[in-house]
Amino acid sequence: MDLRFGDSRPTDEERAAVDALLGPPESSWEGADRSDADLRWARGGRAARDRRDLLLPGLHAINDRVGWIGEGALDYLCRRLTVPPAEAYGVATFYAMFSVRPRPATLLHVCTDLACAAAGADGLCAGIESRLGLSSGVSVERSPCLGLCERAPAALAVKAGDPVRTAVSAPATVDDAVLAARAPDSAPQEPPAAWAVPQAGDPALTLLRRVGVVDPAGLDDYRANGGYTALRRAFELGPAGVIREVTDAGLVGRGGAAFPTGRKWQATASQPDHPHYVVCNADESEPGTFKDRVLMEGDPYALVEAMTIAAYATGAHRGYLYLRGEYPRAVRRMRHAVTQARARGLLGDDILGQGYAFDIEIRRGAGAYVCGEETALFNSIEGYRGEPRSKPPFPVEKGLFGKPTVENNVETLVNVVPILTMGAPAYAAIGTGGSTGPKLFCVSGSVHRPGVYELPFGATLGELLELAGVRGRLRAVLLGGAAGGFVRPDELDIPLTFEGTREAGTTLGSGVVMAFDDTVPLPRLLLRIAEFFRDESCGQCVPCRVGTVRQEEALHRIVDRTGAAAAEDVALLREVGRAMRDASICGLGQTAWNAVESAIDRLGAYE
Amino acid sequence: MTVTPLGIPRRLLEFTIDGEAARVPEGSTILDACRAAGKEIPTLCEGDTLAPKNACRVCVVEVEGARTLVPACSRRAEPGMEVRTGTERARHSRKIVLELLASSVDLSTTPRVAGWLKEYEAKPDRFGPDAARLEEEPRIDNELYVRDYGKCVLCYKCVDACGDQWQNTFAISVVGRGFDARIAVEHDGPLTESACVYCGNCIEVCPTGALSFKSEFDMRAAGTWDESAQSETTTVCAYCGVGCNLTLHVQDNEIVKVTSPHDNPVTHGNLCIKGRFGYQHVQNRG
Ligand code: SF4
Ligand code: SF4
Ligand code: SF4
Ligand code: FES
Ligand code: FES
Repeated sequence: MDLRFGDSRPTDEERAAVDALLGPPESSWEGADRSDADLRWARGGRAARDRRDLLLPGLHAINDRVGWIGEGALDYLCRRLTVPPAEAYGVATFYAMFSVRPRPATLLHVCTDLACAAAGADGLCAGIESRLGLSSGVSVERSPCLGLCERAPAALAVKAGDPVRTAVSAPATVDDAVLAARAPDSAPQEPPAAWAVPQAGDPALTLLRRVGVVDPAGLDDYRANGGYTALRRAFELGPAGVIREVTDAGLVGRGGAAFPTGRKWQATASQPDHPHYVVCNADESEPGTFKDRVLMEGDPYALVEAMTIAAYATGAHRGYLYLRGEYPRAVRRMRHAVTQARARGLLGDDILGQGYAFDIEIRRGAGAYVCGEETALFNSIEGYRGEPRSKPPFPVEKGLFGKPTVENNVETLVNVVPILTMGAPAYAAIGTGGSTGPKLFCVSGSVHRPGVYELPFGATLGELLELAGVRGRLRAVLLGGAAGGFVRPDELDIPLTFEGTREAGTTLGSGVVMAFDDTVPLPRLLLRIAEFFRDESCGQCVPCRVGTVRQEEALHRIVDRTGAAAAEDVALLREVGRAMRDASICGLGQTAWNAVESAIDRLGAYE
Repeated sequence: MTVTPLGIPRRLLEFTIDGEAARVPEGSTILDACRAAGKEIPTLCEGDTLAPKNACRVCVVEVEGARTLVPACSRRAEPGMEVRTGTERARHSRKIVLELLASSVDLSTTPRVAGWLKEYEAKPDRFGPDAARLEEEPRIDNELYVRDYGKCVLCYKCVDACGDQWQNTFAISVVGRGFDARIAVEHDGPLTESACVYCGNCIEVCPTGALSFKSEFDMRAAGTWDESAQSETTTVCAYCGVGCNLTLHVQDNEIVKVTSPHDNPVTHGNLCIKGRFGYQHVQNRG
């Protein structure tokens, strides 16, 4: 590889941001001043290239400090990591949180997604824009779901600098959001995570048991509340025993695909190739989903413990926690938890004196829904564009860095803790035969008490909505998020299980339950969903790259039409939707038409 | 004649294509097997010298038991697999994919595509007159080759050829995402300010004519490009000792472009700037 770097130089600020991450450059090959030794000494090659995975953290470092990524900064980062500038440019332009053009240091992301739109996000945006005016030094950006739907409408302010400052305003008013953008440090504190859990403190809870009960910063508090008994039990059982327990418990992945977790772990554990990796997918970006955020903010050590158990069971010594970039508080809490655990011998070379080594690295995503797809997530961590890979080969065989990898989302992993403490039979007794254990649901929209709810599998949709208290006359429920489907108000007896929703011709997906009353204009909602998929398509495959655009165009054409006037476009939507589902590379394109189809078929959206 | 190096003999595996038994060497793709069985399957992003990115999805086939269709160009055949190539479902997806492509980019210089559009009864116009298109001005920033991304189907072949699969120059990349994704050099500048070494290997693999010789581009613009009047002569490059094979495309006694045979076991169709573009001295007749 013969790399060519441009002539543009980084500013002192940009250089400092990169050096803070990578350390000072060692030679002129890396961008330091030339010394005599450089004439006889070349650096680069494999050692430098092996740091390619620092590209994404490097881009974050620059973006956090300056607010955008200039040519000189990008070239300098490339020189330090021996990454071709064209590739790095391709990576930087892939993520929504980065900009390669100058922009104001402060960004105010105002969510205009489903729950926030229903809560008046449009008016909020207009109010904020008129208050801030043009020369405020704040750029207001309409954003997809910020994962704060229980407090809709939501806004997130990010002010570049050293250190970068963030402030969340939710439920946002014009005043609060403008204050957050102007002075993030003096903006009011966010309410505790437990506010998002209406059942908080209920002793019958399993997964949410500690949220609101323990101090999320306190490791001792976590241990006093039963923390780390699961890991001790894991060491007693041995790796094979842990996998047996997880398999017997009947745990399946909570991300939407519902794959048996024990089988995945077993398949990874038995791969002869090494090292093995554990990856926790905390890139929750499905509109309407916020449970992983609440878990990480309210009970961060549980995730550290669960990842450690997963690593032990599958023979991994390194884990990556890929955390959504728009979750500043969750990032802070998880960083703190990992540091504390390391300091106390619960991560590192000799965990609990058992001679087992494991450590966790936290990686921030940068605004790309598609990175929730497991192989896209690997590419993202490795410093490539977050494009899904084609499968096979599957991650258990060739995952992160081409090595056997077990990938689970936050909710799935957190289930492992009670499985080990209560034992597989007791866990499997919760829920139904086909869907065991407790399940988290993110309820938002037209309800009195939005939030994360924990119910055993098998409760009905109606029971869940009763807990949350429907507001107004229910028109439709979106089940499973943008990739899920709508159901009618007369279908509330659908049991919330994988088999029950499948039988009813819908899906549980990631556990989103969004209620819409009859004031919500359905065609606009569908348009928003279509826009989301068009924005988030990675662009790799034709059915998704162009199909999502054609879907949005057709929905635009029929936004105010019904019946015969819409029939032709509805037929077109069906044809394109079918090809997207059948021929796209990944789940994003394959599900991009689900919600629209269900609205047409179940709700009679354009009749 | 080219000499194909013999590898280690491979085991044969058995599976069925459209109900008929097929035997192919281990490691073959479904597409290899289909071609061996004489089945026509359209392909765009697949290329004989590169590992396909399977991004275009025109080669999809149905595999028994698979939830979605699978790309024939990159899925390996497995023992016992039941592949169906011409089902209504597969044909539907191919047709839509062709429509989506033809409605968004200019396929006028893409070989074979007109035939497929007809065969699959694709009607790219039905997305309406306002359907988003990639209408971009051709980028002419050097004397050797032109990038006309209004014709690009984003097959990733040029990126792979310039990057780790052949050239190792990494001058170009996919940038942006979704419908806005494009091929570009760093900072999206002109080619002359990039790492490009003008080997032209990206032009060699481009399936649509989005990348073309400046000579071809100019002649097309002038209406003088006429493939039927061209002759091709394969010879040996005289610049250096490697001795790459050159195929000279000659029209009206002028070399109009230079390609290289892909089945050459040494170069696989790759050249350097001299072999690819350094032919003017031949026709300097003063
Ligand atoms: S389906 Fe969409 S998101 Fe997935 S690989 Fe294809 S273009 Fe990318
Ligand atoms: S001409 Fe060669 S170096 Fe330049 S972009 Fe094409 S493949 Fe890369
Ligand atoms: S320019 Fe040509 S080779 Fe490159 S992606 Fe586009 S169509 Fe493919
Ligand atoms: S935070 Fe706005 S819709 Fe989720
Ligand atoms: S040729 Fe197979 S997907 Fe493009």
